[in-house]
Amino acid sequence: MSIWKYANPTQFMKTTGWMLPFVSIAAGVCIVTGLVWGFFFTPDDFRQGSTVKIIYLHVPSALMAINAWLMMLVASLIWLVRRHHVSALAAKAAAPVGLVMTLIALLTGAIWGEPMWGTYWAWDPRLTSFLILFLFYLGYIALWQAIETQDIAADLTSVLCLVGSVFALLSRYAVNFWNQGLHQGTSVPVATGGRTVADVFFVPLVISMIGFGLLFVALLLLGTRTEIRARRLKALLNREMARDQDRQQPSRAAQNEGTQ
Amino acid sequence: MIALLRRDLALAIRAGGGFGLGLAFFLILCILVPFGVGADSAILARIAPGILWVGALLACLLSLDRIFQLDFEDGTLDLLATSPLPLEATATIKSLAHWITTGLPLTLTAAPLGQLMNLPPQATPWLVAGLALGTPALSVIGTFGAALTVGLKRGGLLISLLVLPLYMPTLLFGAEAARRGADGLDPTTPLLLMTGISAGCVALLPFATAAALRMNLR
Amino acid sequence: MPLLYRLGSAGIKSISCYNVYHCIQKSRPAAKNTEAFPVARQSAKRCRMEFSVQDLACRRGDRTVLSGVSFTVPAGQALILRGANGSGKTTLLRCLAGLTAPAAGTVSFEADDVAYGAHTDGLKAQMSVEETLDFWRQIYGAQSIAETAKAFELSPLMSRRTANLSAGQKRRLSLARLMLTGRALWALDEPTVSLDAQAVAQFATAVSSHLSTGGAAIIATHIDLGLTGAVTLDVTQFKAPQSAEIDPFLDEALL
Repeated sequence: MSIWKYANPTQFMKTTGWMLPFVSIAAGVCIVTGLVWGFFFTPDDFRQGSTVKIIYLHVPSALMAINAWLMMLVASLIWLVRRHHVSALAAKAAAPVGLVMTLIALLTGAIWGEPMWGTYWAWDPRLTSFLILFLFYLGYIALWQAIETQDIAADLTSVLCLVGSVFALLSRYAVNFWNQGLHQGTSVPVATGGRTVADVFFVPLVISMIGFGLLFVALLLLGTRTEIRARRLKALLNREMARDQDRQQPSRAAQNEGTQ
Repeated sequence: MIALLRRDLALAIRAGGGFGLGLAFFLILCILVPFGVGADSAILARIAPGILWVGALLACLLSLDRIFQLDFEDGTLDLLATSPLPLEATATIKSLAHWITTGLPLTLTAAPLGQLMNLPPQATPWLVAGLALGTPALSVIGTFGAALTVGLKRGGLLISLLVLPLYMPTLLFGAEAARRGADGLDPTTPLLLMTGISAGCVALLPFATAAALRMNLR
Repeated sequence: MPLLYRLGSAGIKSISCYNVYHCIQKSRPAAKNTEAFPVARQSAKRCRMEFSVQDLACRRGDRTVLSGVSFTVPAGQALILRGANGSGKTTLLRCLAGLTAPAAGTVSFEADDVAYGAHTDGLKAQMSVEETLDFWRQIYGAQSIAETAKAFELSPLMSRRTANLSAGQKRRLSLARLMLTGRALWALDEPTVSLDAQAVAQFATAVSSHLSTGGAAIIATHIDLGLTGAVTLDVTQFKAPQSAEIDPFLDEALL
């Protein structure tokens, strides 16, 4: 599989180097188009007024929050099986992005909820699942920060991601069981092919989602490149320190020889 | 394997802070909550199952960093890792010892403490059953969290952050079972689901725990 | 849905039973020995063994500390590791004991053949001497602790708690565990720290008797133990040349 050649950090840096500007611009264009079209050029909803337009921020960020975790899961598996450093660093870089996406989803949901249903927060299954996902992201990032040796940190956070994914799935069904909520069901049920959101809203929504997806990719590439650079810096520093030690050690070994 | 269990239980008794700490915390919490919420017995009766479950959870959390930290610091964990006992077995035994010293006493004292919280009598057997079936999961998940952070000096708060989201399914089902029992509804579904989670954790998490221990011992 | 969960939990319960059964099987010692002195149990097997290491590389944390380590320790011989602090003796011993996987090279024996004695004592303050020895006896499947206690002069201290032992006595207790393991190769990291001359002599006697029954030992120590036929190995010669360290994040990794 030729995709494995990107496991080499230098090859990855080269390729993503020229990719990044294109992806960023594409992301910017899509998001601006989607949001401007959605906010200013769609009619107000019959019942919900203009507040429904926050859907253009809320739905894409919620989607990306889940996708970020799935991407971290795949990257963790690749690290555990094939030990590609780029994969582990990609997971590390994806976590803050996912965290912020979850936060945006929660906040926009709260802003939407207040005029809509009279409350900033309700213990609705989907909202609660997102809150739990937020905590999982926090724990993952905290574990990365806490451990010094980078390889061991990568290992432990991968195991945490795996176990956490199982429990996140479990929580989702547990929360559904615990409380039936006020979400209307999915507004983009791809599987059924039907749509519960009218067409005129739908196209800018899709553009927004694509835009957020590209934004995630752009931020991911940027974050991974930064992590790779940070590791390079550390490797260079280690090499300098080792050279200093090499200069000192020979004289100590010679000293030992003399006394024995 | 039994030797390790007996040793851990003996240490928990002799070294102090083993049995008593979780229980004392549980008791204090059940006293603090009515102070905070007000002595209205109707309100207390409604929140009692949840408070008791949350208290049990937090009390379990308190003793988690002891599981591996002491052994790691004095080198015993290295010796256990090189012994004929597989690390998965060590993890399971440690979880069992934690459950016997924390989960089991909590389950047994839940009924009298429920009286403090004005728990309706028909809920008590379901609460105790739920705790009996759910606290093993709490111990096993907590052992996994302890294994992730075994090398760290101040791992306590990090363990809480890692482990509490993992505790949520057990808490949801256990408290739901107790609440349904209080309302006179049939609580078997949440109980069964929680038992399923406990069984799954006991079966599968020791492998993840052992993997985390091996990574940290490198 | 309850039915599905019932089936699922039944399946998982059977897996958990298998898990426990599997662990019990693995931890049960392979054969019950009949002699009282546990070390002699494997002497027949040991006579055929020599312990060799070829081109081994060991990592500590993110760095490769040693590379190209090669030596052979025939049964009945002791290998003394020398080297300055930080030269990698502990890393090498932990690698041989199986706690760290080797970064490169081959090891001719299993980690199961190695009895590892760490820098720290590995003792619990609230356990008595007898309880400690009995615990390790059960873990390793040895027959009795009487011979071991006699060999390390712990018999008069059997009922005393570890917290009330002197530093030297604690060391002797932690070393007594090695005899209970019944394993052929002893890998010891600074075993004579905090021992006086008499205790060092006792330790040397215990090691000699282990060697005479066909075992071997690799000991990292600064002092001269007076073991006959011991070979010294300076670990600093195996120091991994740091300038050639190929970190995957450096450009050289491409070449």
